[in-house]
Amino acid sequence: MTGLEAILMTIIAAATPLLLAAIGELVAERSGVLNLGVEGMMIMGAIGGFAAAYVSGSAMLGVAAAVGAGVGMSLLFAFLTQTLVSNQVATGLALTLFGLGLSGLIGEAFTGLPGVKLPPVHVPGLSDLPLVGPVLFGQDVIVYASVALTALVAWVLARTRIGLVIRATGGNHHSAHALGYNVIAVRYACIAFGGATAGLAGGYLSLAYTPQWIENMTAGRGWIALALVVFSTWAPRRVAVGAYLFGTVWIMGLYVQGVGIDIAPQLLASLPYLITIAALVALSGNRLLTKVNTPACLGQPFVPDR
Amino acid sequence: MRLMLERRPEQSRTMTVGSPLIAVAITVAAAGIVFHARGLDPFHALYVYFVEPVMSVWSLEELVVKTAPLVLIGVGLAVCFRANLWNIGAEGQLTAGAITGAAIPILAPEWQSPFALPLMLLAGIAGGAAWAAVPAFLRNRFGVNEILTSLMLVYVAQYLLDWLVRGPWRDPHGYNFPESASFEGWHVLPTLGDGRVHLGAALAVVAVVVLFVFMSRTLKGFEIRVSGEAPRAGGFGGFSRPRTVWFCFALSGGLAGLAGICEAAGPIGQLQPIISPGYGFTAIIVAFLGRLNPIVVLLAGVVLGISYLGGEAAQVELGISDKTAQVFQGTLLFLILACDTLIRYRIRVGRRDDAASAQA
Repeated sequence: MTGLEAILMTIIAAATPLLLAAIGELVAERSGVLNLGVEGMMIMGAIGGFAAAYVSGSAMLGVAAAVGAGVGMSLLFAFLTQTLVSNQVATGLALTLFGLGLSGLIGEAFTGLPGVKLPPVHVPGLSDLPLVGPVLFGQDVIVYASVALTALVAWVLARTRIGLVIRATGGNHHSAHALGYNVIAVRYACIAFGGATAGLAGGYLSLAYTPQWIENMTAGRGWIALALVVFSTWAPRRVAVGAYLFGTVWIMGLYVQGVGIDIAPQLLASLPYLITIAALVALSGNRLLTKVNTPACLGQPFVPDR
Repeated sequence: MRLMLERRPEQSRTMTVGSPLIAVAITVAAAGIVFHARGLDPFHALYVYFVEPVMSVWSLEELVVKTAPLVLIGVGLAVCFRANLWNIGAEGQLTAGAITGAAIPILAPEWQSPFALPLMLLAGIAGGAAWAAVPAFLRNRFGVNEILTSLMLVYVAQYLLDWLVRGPWRDPHGYNFPESASFEGWHVLPTLGDGRVHLGAALAVVAVVVLFVFMSRTLKGFEIRVSGEAPRAGGFGGFSRPRTVWFCFALSGGLAGLAGICEAAGPIGQLQPIISPGYGFTAIIVAFLGRLNPIVVLLAGVVLGISYLGGEAAQVELGISDKTAQVFQGTLLFLILACDTLIRYRIRVGRRDDAASAQA
């Protein structure tokens, strides 16, 4: 593997969990739900995936468990915010605090154990191409899934009836309700989708990125994914661009250190968070874009008046 | 069978008081079930967890030590949340306050004067407020969401502290441990009495009383409440939203910074890479359990303080992880939010037609 290939591989690895978590949150937000619990769903996906893979020895079972854990967490959020009409911001925070605590508790039994690594899936023929071979066709299933899901979400939201219903729900839930759509059910489904991808993102961290369990191993990636959704102004394509840009800057920081430039490791470690803030500020230069694209009912509770 | 919500004509006063109590009760019951599932005697375990911490002088003192920062931060956040502003980065502001406050004893250890400690506390407040001013500025000037920026800055503050105690501020005589030199003399927070309870506890009570009077009796307090509940009305009333943002972030950040320096100069007595077991995040739960009301926040702080102590006690006596504390805290916040539904709505269980005919 050449140096450039290695760099590109690590960039994709850094971007994949962000892309997955962000694309699911994007769908939830397009339906009008702000779920700040991404970090909590992600970390539960990470421990769920790791634990299932360790116990069963099967990485694919781990992936399934990661998705399941994310969906489970998201349904908790959906029940509170949709059925019980609780405050979405506070409930999302609760989901994150709860997830971080519970994963730490479950994870105590798994700390320091060797993980099961998700094997790369080689595409016969294509994987042997120089440069693009290993980078594009030598990844594991979750990386492929992240790209496929992004394309799928972009297509569904823009081109299908389901997408139209989701956008209508997020744009004006009263109208969607008056047209006969079940706003609550649509939102339940979108929240669950967000939970599934966040769980998968967590599973990627503990099964592929660093196949082991470390407490708080998501390290704020769920929050960065939330920022990415805002940064993309709710467009799936721009979420992908943002995630890869972010991965690039992240990895470049590490390489700068690698070539011997003397930077405090703590400064490098805090770079992703500073970049996120900078990106949000840079975006604000175009407030109109944000204003036009923000789902009008984002974060607003909806109670059907029968 | 389905759950249906029926809006109450007005908010239920009974439930305003009742909902947090129900939430605490269910959390305790859930804890009992978890203990039982782990093969422990649930009643003994609950006793160890929730009762023993308040049964001896030693542990009561320890409870006050744990409660003080939670209340200091929690009252500030309560004001912030009242204004519908989401400062969730108190943990970072706590860290920033500890750093700026500790700069005095670390950079000038030989300056021993009665003025040193007040100056340290002020520096801590300033540091926390400055750290919180960043999200406030970005929101006012660029319209950037304060939730994300305040949270991101938590990580930055923690890495900054980590760098300081491993680098420039490391104790030269400390055998390479990542710690600053211990604070001495006038740089240490005095204790109240002979135990471990320090001045921070008194400051927390002062903050509670001041903010209670402020929120319920002053125009500014009214402005904050209006700004949160009806921003448009506030605008017509001539209340400036940006000014409220500045004020609330400076206040909550300053109090978190004060909590930070009180921890560093009090129970810890130096700077270490980690100076808080998540007080800044737990204080969010304190604010909600405390109904965003300063006086009630004080009680809520005690409840969450018990959960920390109980976690430690359970680890020692029952051999279960102290991480259960965090799980119970998260569960508690969920349940508070769920039970708050009862304030605005009645819950009906039944079929669609039943409810419709009941209404007719």
